[in-house]
Order: sequence, then C-alpha cells, then structure tokens
Amino acid sequence: MIALLRRDLALAVRAGGGFGLGLAFFLIVVVLVPFGVGPEAALLTLIAPGILWVAALLAALLSLDRIFALDFEDGSLPLLATSPLPLEGVALIKGIAHWITTGLPLTLAAPALGFLLNLAPSAYVWLFASLALGTPALSMIGTFGAALTVGLRRGGLLMSLLVLPLYVPTLIFGAEAVRRGADGLGAATPLLMLAGITLGSFALLPFAASAALRVNLK
Amino acid sequence: MSIWEYANPKKFIATTTPLVPWLLGVSIALLVGGLIWGFFFTPDDFRQGSTVKIFYLHVPSALMAINVWFMMLITSLVWLVRRHHVSALAARAAAPIGIIMTVMALITGAIWGQPMWGTWWAWDPRLTSFLILFLFYLGYMALWEAIEDPDTAADLTSVLCIVGSVFAVLSRYAVNFWNQGLHQPASLSLDKEENVADVFWYPALVCIAGFVLLFVALVLMRTATEIRVRRIKALEARMRS
Repeated sequence: MIALLRRDLALAVRAGGGFGLGLAFFLIVVVLVPFGVGPEAALLTLIAPGILWVAALLAALLSLDRIFALDFEDGSLPLLATSPLPLEGVALIKGIAHWITTGLPLTLAAPALGFLLNLAPSAYVWLFASLALGTPALSMIGTFGAALTVGLRRGGLLMSLLVLPLYVPTLIFGAEAVRRGADGLGAATPLLMLAGITLGSFALLPFAASAALRVNLK
Repeated sequence: MSIWEYANPKKFIATTTPLVPWLLGVSIALLVGGLIWGFFFTPDDFRQGSTVKIFYLHVPSALMAINVWFMMLITSLVWLVRRHHVSALAARAAAPIGIIMTVMALITGAIWGQPMWGTWWAWDPRLTSFLILFLFYLGYMALWEAIEDPDTAADLTSVLCIVGSVFAVLSRYAVNFWNQGLHQPASLSLDKEENVADVFWYPALVCIAGFVLLFVALVLMRTATEIRVRRIKALEARMRS
C-alpha cells in the first residue's frame, strides 16, 4: 500500500498538474469573486468563508478524473485489481494520494487567500481546521465518483453532476464552521460533524468505489 | 409460490399487463374524486383562504418524490443481491417519474409560497433538500443514459443509488443545521393524533392513494416497455451476427 501511495505521489509530482493546477484554479476563483461582487471590504468579509470553501471544492473536483483515468488508459488499473492488494485498499490509497496532492496544498494555501477576501481575523484558525478536516472527505467522495465513471469516454462532466450533490453536507458543515469562527461563536459542532463525514467516507466509500471499479473492469 | 417468480420478465409482463388498466382507472377515479372533493367541498382555510387547496397536489407529490427514491433503493439492492433484471429495470423506469414528482412538489410549493410567504423560493431546509433530491435524480438518470452495456449500467447506478441515499439523508439533516425554515412541519407523521384538520385530511388521503396507484401503474407500464426494448435490442443483435 505504501509503495502504491509513493508511486502515485511520484507520478503526480513528476507529471506536474496535480499540485499546480488545482492551486492555480483555487487562486483564480478567489480572485474572480471580487470582480463579480465588487470590492467592498465588509461584503467580502461576509461571504469569504463560503467563497473559500466553494472554491476549494471546485479545485478538488478539477483533478478527480485523473485519479483512475490514467491508470485505466495505460492498463495498470487491471494489474492493480489482480494484485494481492485488495481493490478496496487501492481505492483508499487513491483517495489519500488525491488528498495529499490536492486537499493538503489547498488547506495550506487557503489562509493566504483569506487575506485577499478580507476574512475576519478570528476565522483563520477555523478555516484551516475545517479544510484540514473536510478536504479528505472531498477526495474520498471524488474517488468514488471517479470509480463510477472511469469506463466512460467523456465522463468528466457526468462525474461533476454525480459528485457535486454528494459534496453538499461537507460544504455545509465546512463553511458553517468558518462562519461561526468568524462570528466568534463555538465552531466545535460543525467541525465534529465534518470529522464524522470524513471518517465515515474513509470507512465506507472505498467499498463502494471498489465495487464500481470491479464492474468497470469486468 | 414466491414473489421471485415475477422476476421472470415473461411472467412479469403477463401478470402486470392486465393489471395496468385497472390501476390506472382506479387512480384516475381517486384523483378526480379527491381533487373535486378537495377543491369544491372543503371550506377555505381561515388564514390561507383558497390557496390551501394546492395542498392536495403538493403533499402527495412531495410524498411520492421521496418514496420513489426509496423504492429505487430497494430495487437496486434486489438487483445487486439477486441479479433480477426486472428489478434493475424497475428502478430505471421509476426515476423519471420520481423526478417529475420532485419538480411538481417544488413548483406547487412555489405557487403556494408566493401568496403565503411572499416569495417563490426561500433557502428553507425542506425546499433545499428537495432541490438536492432533484440533483440526485438527475445524476442517477444521466448515469443510466451514459453507459451502453445494460448490466454495467444497472450495477453502477445501483451503487450510486445506495451511496446517494446515504448522502441524501445526510444532506437533509445538514441543511437543518444550516438554516431555519419557513416551511411548516411535516404534514404526514405517525406520532401525532392529527396533523391536519380532518376536513382537509380525508380528501388529501384520497389524492395520496390516487398518486400511489398512478405511480404503480406507470412503473409497471414503463418496466414492461424497458423489458420489450431490451428484447428488441437482443433480437437486433442476433440478426446482425
């Protein structure tokens, strides 16, 4: 499992794209928002938690179709499926690798982008914490979506349609945690719910993803 | 004699075809009767006036929107466990009906909300979760359309339906957390003696029964159609080879 994780990470780093594109997309969305809604600082402070979360979610979505597509095209996915490692483990590792290459950089970069949107000072900790707890769920749910659509030629758009509704609870609790943090309220409840979603996704979705992979590799 | 006998497509069609006209007839009679009763023979609500009458369309369609998804979840599980094609096709046949019910609940709700709340749409938990349910139906149907091989499509949509059900329930309670609502509490629940005044309630029950029978008739019809489509495709494939 460790070997597969290291292989995926090495591929992501050397092929580029993984880190760079997601982060650049995150930055661009955040930069575009003030053009859309106007530069008023008070308004930006108000909407910053939601914008940062939605932008992070879209950036994570962007790289999902690469999770299995490349391995599917060059034939290494069937090899992985027949390897001693159970396919559930493969799905889990793919989710973790996607998080390390996408979710983790987004989490680290988000506080810096908070400045651009004039985020309330008390919210930075909660933004970081909620993204750190929530983005793994985004990666794992996305891995499931990628596994469903891996056999399709133009699956990218369809995958967005399938995955985005599944992101709703994560987004609600994530943005709510930042909002409560910004208002100086206790943000523990949404954070706990977020952690619950993440743990639940990691516990259950690898099974669903591997079931979908088995069907697609049949 | 077990229920699984009807998993045989031939037996399914032979059994259900004569049932469909009866179901349709009874459901139309119930719907016409219930709506006439509701519209002309119940008093206006003392605060809502005559707008309350959209209740007879709104509540049954909302009820069906949720329960059609539930039926799809069960047929998906049956497909995954017992591999009966009729079951998978029934789930496929039910999805478009479910999405229509969802849209109907949203539209009748908007028409009702405009005079009562002063707005067509509010980000109320119930309204929002119906919108999310609509998106789930959309994704489910799109996945069916996108995959050519019928067995692969049935497998993948079943997995999506199960995962989607979990997330749909999760979303339903997450939106409660996110915003407080304008919508009144559930019109249908078993833990209360009387949810809605009886004078409105009896015609509503008739309408609900009509909607349920209509759904059953339509699903049986559409499932039979799907089976025939599958058969024609198989014949065409045989002719070509």
